[in-house]
Amino acid sequence: MTGTRTILDPTSERAVAERRRLERPASLSGLTVGLLDISKPRGDVFLDRLEERLADVGANVKRYKKPTFTKPAPVDLRHEIAVECQVVIEALAD
Amino acid sequence: MTGSTTPPRLPDGIVVVVKEECATCHSVGSVLRELDDAATVTVYTQDDPRFPESPTPIHDADLAVSWHHGIETVPTVIRVVDGVEVDRTVGWHRDDWVRVTGVDGLGGDLPAMRPGCGSMSVDPDLVDELNVRFGASVLASRRLDIAEAEDEMEMMFTRGWTDGLPVVPPTEARVMRMLTGTTLAPAKVVATVPPDLVEVTVEKVAIAAVMAGCLPEYLPWVLTAVESACTDEFNMHGLLATTMPVGPIIVCSGPGTRAIGMNSGGNALGQGNRANSTIGRALQLVVRNIGGGRPGEVDRATHGSPGKIGFCFAENDLESPYGTLAGEHGIDPGVDALTLFAGEGTRCVVDQLSREPDSLARSLAASLQSMHHPKLILGFDAILVMGPEHARVFADAGWDRQQILNGISEHLNRPGSELVRGADGMAEGLPSAFGDAPSLPKFRPGGLMITYAGSGAGLFSEIIGGWANGDIGSKPVTRAVTY
Repeated sequence: MTGTRTILDPTSERAVAERRRLERPASLSGLTVGLLDISKPRGDVFLDRLEERLADVGANVKRYKKPTFTKPAPVDLRHEIAVECQVVIEALAD
Repeated sequence: MTGSTTPPRLPDGIVVVVKEECATCHSVGSVLRELDDAATVTVYTQDDPRFPESPTPIHDADLAVSWHHGIETVPTVIRVVDGVEVDRTVGWHRDDWVRVTGVDGLGGDLPAMRPGCGSMSVDPDLVDELNVRFGASVLASRRLDIAEAEDEMEMMFTRGWTDGLPVVPPTEARVMRMLTGTTLAPAKVVATVPPDLVEVTVEKVAIAAVMAGCLPEYLPWVLTAVESACTDEFNMHGLLATTMPVGPIIVCSGPGTRAIGMNSGGNALGQGNRANSTIGRALQLVVRNIGGGRPGEVDRATHGSPGKIGFCFAENDLESPYGTLAGEHGIDPGVDALTLFAGEGTRCVVDQLSREPDSLARSLAASLQSMHHPKLILGFDAILVMGPEHARVFADAGWDRQQILNGISEHLNRPGSELVRGADGMAEGLPSAFGDAPSLPKFRPGGLMITYAGSGAGLFSEIIGGWANGDIGSKPVTRAVTY
């Protein structure tokens, strides 16, 4: 009467959709590359240098910034990047 | 564990449900024989298939008849016409038995009435299993069968469902029992849980509460904690993702804390009290199993802290000389409420000599100044859990909550020159632009909070340091418990 042989799934039961990554572009020339600053100190130093290097290989660079590093990027910002860029680099720092 | 959810049809005539263990059922033995002579009688027995000797009983071995027909007391007498119940009585009451059966002069040698006994179908040890067996299940979660040779405790570890300690297997019966702790429907969505941003239902929270070891009466507190954690202000996602060691600290107050037996006294922040130990744990199991917040994945803590398993305690609001933390955040006295705070483990402040409030305020301030780093200010909040012996020093001097906060804060101001990078030979500190500031506070307004808990012996308080505060990090969230 007190058997525990059937239990209820405690998880979200989400089927994990398998998603393939996009192919790596052969060249960055002419592509728009987004640089997302997550607002950690000195992340901008790293991104400034990256922007120079990317410009050297012919990429168009756009800069974006999260309001705070402690929270996920707002959905509007993610949408903006997805629409405007072909490639994105997220800069962590510490 | 399977049973029909269709009620078995009762035979026409008089139906009596008894059990051998009940003295009143024995008393009415002669009455059953009288009835058998005068009418069509069917007797169901719950326990002993040989009781009564006459008329021959039908053994309600799986209690299907008793459960489906709502038998709460034995004996129960039911009159059935065309398969439909038209009248019933419980226990022994001569006039009622005569009315229901239509047979006069029953039980002449018995007293006029005698109360019955509890039916086995409502036995607390059986009723949850019976509800699952015979009731139409309202639960939506996937059922997982455990293989014959599989140990269910090990299976739950293997699947990654635990926080490193064993969990209680969430059987349907246990979850149904847990759900009696709330009036909310199992399918109601409580919150969207980070980091995976998955909607969690009351049912899934109840599963986590079972696994954590909660009793049903804790469930409203767990639900309120889950709601509070999954808000933009509290920012549970950030608490997971940060490398700092913080977890959700749950500070409870109100009469409900005593009703569910929470500990606000000796060892309130420690082990040994079921409610304190399991409410916070249930929240963290929701974050882990529903939200997907696991160490090494989104949880990037460098060290972690006890709050990552579960950290929940009650304030002693009956004896507090300065009210409650919830009251500080606008909750009326006497209302059950909890505050979630993004905090680390505790640190003890020892001052066994101060008998004057200013001396004690200076001691507390000196300890608070060192929280996270003596030269880092304004970015982190703190909760000070004052023990009764410390609080008494202030109470005896007539200081109220605001005076205590002011008195401590007065000694938490330092000139910028002492706090800038490089000062005192330490690279850590404020940018040099703050060097000219004559006086800078350790805490932002409202950033220092005080609570009252602990035993009556010990001139100690505890500091719980916070995490990045305000809009960039986490704000304390206080809510009344919703029942």
